[in-house]
Amino acid sequence: METAQDTIQQTEAQAETSKKLFKGTGSQVLLNGLIEEGVTTIFGYPGGAIMPIYDALYDYADKLEHILVRHEQGGIHAAQGFARTSGKVGVCFATSGPGATNLVTGLADAQIDSTPLVVITGQVFAHLLGTDAFQETDVINITTPVTKWNYQVTDANEIQEVLAKAFYIAKSGRPGPVLIDITKNAQIQVEEFPEYIKCNHIRSYRPKPKVRVEYIEQAAELINAAKKPFVLFGQGVILGSAEQEFKAFIDKSGIPAAWTIMGEGAIPTSHPLNVGMLGMHGNYGPNVLTNEADVIIAIGMRFDDRVTGRLDKYAKQAKIVHLDIDPAEIDKNVKADVGVWGDCKETLPLLTNLVNENKYEDWLAVFKDYNQQEIDQVITPELYPEGEEITMGEVLRNINEICGGEAIIVTDVGQHQMVACRYAKFNNTRSNITSGGLGTMGFGLPAAIGAKYGAPDKTVIAIIGDGGFQMTPQELGTIMQFGAEVKILILNNRFLGMVRQWQQLFNDKRYSFVNITSPDFVALAKAYYIEAQMVNERENLRTALETMINHKGSYLLEVMVGRENNVFPMVPQGMSVSEIRLK
Amino acid sequence: MSTEDKIKYTEDTVDLDGKQEYTITVYAENRIGLLNRIAIIFSKRKINIESLNSSASEIDGIHRFNIVIHEGYEVVRKLARQIEKQIEVLKVYFNTNDEIIWQELALYKVSTDEIAEKVTVERLLRQYGASAVVIRKDYTVFAVTGHREETDALVKALEPYELIEFVRSARVAIIKDSAGFHEKLKEFEAEEPGEELVENEFLEKGGKIFTM
Repeated sequence: METAQDTIQQTEAQAETSKKLFKGTGSQVLLNGLIEEGVTTIFGYPGGAIMPIYDALYDYADKLEHILVRHEQGGIHAAQGFARTSGKVGVCFATSGPGATNLVTGLADAQIDSTPLVVITGQVFAHLLGTDAFQETDVINITTPVTKWNYQVTDANEIQEVLAKAFYIAKSGRPGPVLIDITKNAQIQVEEFPEYIKCNHIRSYRPKPKVRVEYIEQAAELINAAKKPFVLFGQGVILGSAEQEFKAFIDKSGIPAAWTIMGEGAIPTSHPLNVGMLGMHGNYGPNVLTNEADVIIAIGMRFDDRVTGRLDKYAKQAKIVHLDIDPAEIDKNVKADVGVWGDCKETLPLLTNLVNENKYEDWLAVFKDYNQQEIDQVITPELYPEGEEITMGEVLRNINEICGGEAIIVTDVGQHQMVACRYAKFNNTRSNITSGGLGTMGFGLPAAIGAKYGAPDKTVIAIIGDGGFQMTPQELGTIMQFGAEVKILILNNRFLGMVRQWQQLFNDKRYSFVNITSPDFVALAKAYYIEAQMVNERENLRTALETMINHKGSYLLEVMVGRENNVFPMVPQGMSVSEIRLK
Repeated sequence: MSTEDKIKYTEDTVDLDGKQEYTITVYAENRIGLLNRIAIIFSKRKINIESLNSSASEIDGIHRFNIVIHEGYEVVRKLARQIEKQIEVLKVYFNTNDEIIWQELALYKVSTDEIAEKVTVERLLRQYGASAVVIRKDYTVFAVTGHREETDALVKALEPYELIEFVRSARVAIIKDSAGFHEKLKEFEAEEPGEELVENEFLEKGGKIFTM
């Protein structure tokens, strides 16, 4: 016979179990998991195959903010912008079929720029898979090359484990996008679910290695023997949250440091050892002196072709030390003499300990000398033009003067992007948001929306060309509805400027389909109830920029800039970095 | 030979750009879609896979792929890194033919009348170590296990005698100096990776760098 004591014990045991068990649908347990992972904001667009998740979301409005974008590509770019400014994982929802295929550009962009995303797509019922059902596409196979990991869930019992793995994979090691495709039956399946457990280990995945000290020692020995060392840094410093460690390294070693556009802002623009930008439209000194340095220390960058120019004439004289978290990057494009495989947050302090305190005054003076030539021939005419036409550079100079390097600058792709990266001043990390590796036109506007949600206290300025703006203008609707305070600055040269520049320089000015016309952007913004104005003359530029930046709410400013201005310096494609042109 | 010596040996003796046959061995989780993820690493670079075999490994639940390609050392090394980077892949090895024991299985369907009538056919089959798998009135199926050249040679030899059907399997290969995967797996399963696990053999070039 049962005693009272037994009954009490049983009840307690049941209470214990029920505390850990959640009875509900796959959709609910998915949303609970997102909350467990610290998600607050989702960018998405509903549709048939993801309806159960949206139905569940209806009851989570107090915990999960959902931003209804106007196109799935906008949703994923917004999630990217969010991830890039906040340092958290960006989350995006889309339905099956066209909803999912519209994500592909954003996935590719996030993959090549190592942006942590968890993307959830709805999928047709599991029993319909492979029948060409309505809005069925093979999302897993379409997205395999552009995701760090992807998985199709067909049973609700898989959701928690897969979601936990997705977040762990997206944000650890070299970050990247993860896609989970969930069939509709799994979304509506009712089960008793256990407590959500975060993932911190997958046996077949090594996000970062245990650092081997011997490589650090070899690297330090090379650096300490160098006469003309040169640091090239990329986004790895930012992704590893190693800005302080990086600054400590260059401060102690005294080595001049230049950045890739993805690494910009990891140290302030004003840092005395920050010598500028690498690559095709980078600064004169950093490009030329890459081929004169005796030791190059590459940190969290991947020697992209836009950075290296012609590879067989790239830094052949230098010993290369390459610090990267991804072993596949070491020796991929440029052979390393010492590869330091590891998380730079761990490797940099070890290296800083071993390098000598130093100053390379003569070497720095060479950088200064090249910089002066660039100032005289390129920068001053761009920032303080004497002609009538407004230049993109002077717009950036004014923004620097107004914002003092505190704003987040989101750019699209093209001439304005290069000008913004070249001239924008940054005091803070995670402030330069751009599509670096993929070069996605249309990235700017949606990414700026996400960037604002990721950094609500910052001024977010989206600098976009007239071409790029016309690729994703529908996201003005998202701004209208949800009020993201984005300052949209269209630099309108009435051309697809970068392609036109190449056609001018390399195709005998055969301007083939680069002459693009635009709608009345001011009227367009106003149609979305967004304040806007257009500026054509220099005398009105400063005031207009101040009005835009100080305006409470989103704002669109169109600046008419010179039609046929070119971005210089330039390393023509297929040429060596030392063959960089100033005009 | 230590890994370091091996790298040095390889770099000294092999023309790094010269193409030759490499067998890539991939230890991976058994997961739907992983084959595609691995295959696109080759197709993205327009590299042809000469042979691909997917099978169980010495460890329950762990899959083993053998992939044969004809490429240069540098290319293969980069491909191996890209494959190893995939989440469900545990470890990748790549070896030249002299570092592995390998076999392919070929089946030949020949008219039984032909064999009965022509004594040369029977001799041929003996010469190539073929064994009969099925013997019917109308046809006989023979199997030969061996290297590509051997199975190819028999195809040529049988061509005049009504070779009705021919098929060859993918290559399966055992790495000569591998101690298997059991010990490695233990390390992969540990939360904190050990020294052995963080081997980055392609970086073991310490001796050569201090020349400035």
